[in-house]
Amino acid sequence: MSLPTEFSPGAFLAPAIDWLNANFHPIFALITRVIEAVLGAIEGALLALPPFALIGLAVLAALVAINLRAAILAGCCLGFCWLSGLWTGSMQTIALVAVAVAISVAIAFPLGILAARRPAIEAALRPVLDIMQTVPPWVYLIPAVMIFSLGRVPAIIATIVYGIPPMLRLTTLAFRGVPKDLKELGQAIGAKPRTILWKIEFPAATPTLLVGLNQCILLSLAMVVLAGLVGAGGLGAEVTRGLTRMEMGLGLRAGLAIVAVALLLDRVSRGALEKGRR
Amino acid sequence: MEKANTDTAEVLIDCQSVWKVFGDRSGEAIRAITERGLSKQQVLQDYNCVVGVSDATLQVRRGEIFCIMGLSGSGKSTLIRLLNRLIEPSLGKVLVKGQDIATLDAAALRQMRARHIGMVFQSVALLPQRTVLENAAFGLEVQGVSRDERNRAAEAALAKVGLSDWTARYPSELSGGMQQRVGLARALTSDPEIILMDEPFSALDPLIRRQLQDEFRQLTKDLGKSAVFITHDLDEAIRIGDRIAIMKDGVIIQTGTAEEIVMDPADQYVADFVAGISRLHLIKAHSVMIPAAEWQGAVDGLPRCSPEADIDALIGQITETGSDAVAIAEGDAVVGIVTIRNLLSGVRGDAAPAPAAAA
Repeated sequence: MSLPTEFSPGAFLAPAIDWLNANFHPIFALITRVIEAVLGAIEGALLALPPFALIGLAVLAALVAINLRAAILAGCCLGFCWLSGLWTGSMQTIALVAVAVAISVAIAFPLGILAARRPAIEAALRPVLDIMQTVPPWVYLIPAVMIFSLGRVPAIIATIVYGIPPMLRLTTLAFRGVPKDLKELGQAIGAKPRTILWKIEFPAATPTLLVGLNQCILLSLAMVVLAGLVGAGGLGAEVTRGLTRMEMGLGLRAGLAIVAVALLLDRVSRGALEKGRR
Repeated sequence: MEKANTDTAEVLIDCQSVWKVFGDRSGEAIRAITERGLSKQQVLQDYNCVVGVSDATLQVRRGEIFCIMGLSGSGKSTLIRLLNRLIEPSLGKVLVKGQDIATLDAAALRQMRARHIGMVFQSVALLPQRTVLENAAFGLEVQGVSRDERNRAAEAALAKVGLSDWTARYPSELSGGMQQRVGLARALTSDPEIILMDEPFSALDPLIRRQLQDEFRQLTKDLGKSAVFITHDLDEAIRIGDRIAIMKDGVIIQTGTAEEIVMDPADQYVADFVAGISRLHLIKAHSVMIPAAEWQGAVDGLPRCSPEADIDALIGQITETGSDAVAIAEGDAVVGIVTIRNLLSGVRGDAAPAPAAAA
């Protein structure tokens, strides 16, 4: 027998989401269409070329933009994805993560800077971030699916929610950590606030920002895989299939492909950004 | 002390009764200090306000190096930041080139800082990911000057501080002294009239510090710049400064030339400070001489020196010639006599006895 005062957020949330669905359906439909279009374009581009050609291109790009080590790593990671027969799934996953990370950063970076400047904003954001990070990620999927139905869009939305907190926290930390005298220098030479932000603060904050981006990528990847449960496709779908059919081989292959994709995204993004600094 | 810019050089920075009290109740705290004479500690207790600078008045003239000397916590770093409005004053006015900087809007203030006031920091504050040249050119880059033009100006400034061969290096490859030269070059690149130096040499070892002090003074004089120089080291202030202001607990206790401060300290605090300073190069003949009439011997046979000769030079004259006194002459006219006794009291920092010499 439950208590009469039992707390049941679902009793309020479910009608709220129904109401949102009924009244804002065109907006959600538009979001769905935009995300689907962007995702489709990236996926299409990645899958347009035969795998060996794309691997060659990626290796070449890493060699030119970063260094030989990154090029070899890129070749190995993508080669594994291809040889394990999970090429399409891997490309779908890369597209999903790329879009989710781009949106997460676009939201978290400005908010993080704002929080670094205004303690009140940081105080307001902190509990929200705590909730976003501690609620099990499956839970985000429920409202996301209720609003956007099954498929890649709810997966992306849930991934963004999961990817924002680390990026936001580390952005705040990075900008807090910029030495005070460097900012003072900017003011003393008569630099505009925007110039101080981009030419002084941003370069000084870059190492910590890179850690944030790295965390954002890895957590997003973890979430995208989880989102295989709601029909996001990609490697997550393979893992889910392996789990439901108890196929050890498929599960392991998909798991290793995820590791390969993670390594690729992490090292390449970090290498490119670090190279850009010097 | 009214503005006396008719008989002397133009006043570039005019700081009029400026206060800075940190805290929410700074207004009340200032009133309590002026009306009831509360001390710094009492203000902190009663109003939870920290007194940075209280009632500071100073003027920096064109071509002058003005030193502000004080120990840590004396408010000297706050004071220098009030001069370019990195910190807003709680009360009082700062005029730079006759313009009240409190009235400038954000854009005009940026212009003022970019064109007229350079600043050098104790921590140097070089941007680590930029080369020496790019660091030196940074001020002009921010102003939107084209790459060629700003690099030319930066190269010229780096040449002045002797770093022409290091333009393509990164700050981390330079020693502390060289880094501070880059800081100085960066300030010189935008060719400001005033340079604010916030303890620039404090973190350097003594030999390098001395070398940089001499170079800095020479360079500033050659270029005709004015400088406000913050230091916690009285020796440094005396070496570099044309005039020195001594600060304690946010108050300027005394302002004057090195000689004035050493010969006539305003209070015991200053007296304790100057006690250990060597007078040999500081005190000039005109401060220790006695009127020629008080000298019983013949004046004609005495060696001669100018009134601006320092004690060291006078001792040199006396030991070389074996004379008991030196005649101080302006042109052909003898204006006074310095005896061995006068010299000894001069070394101790006492002024001439009986009738005070013309200052």
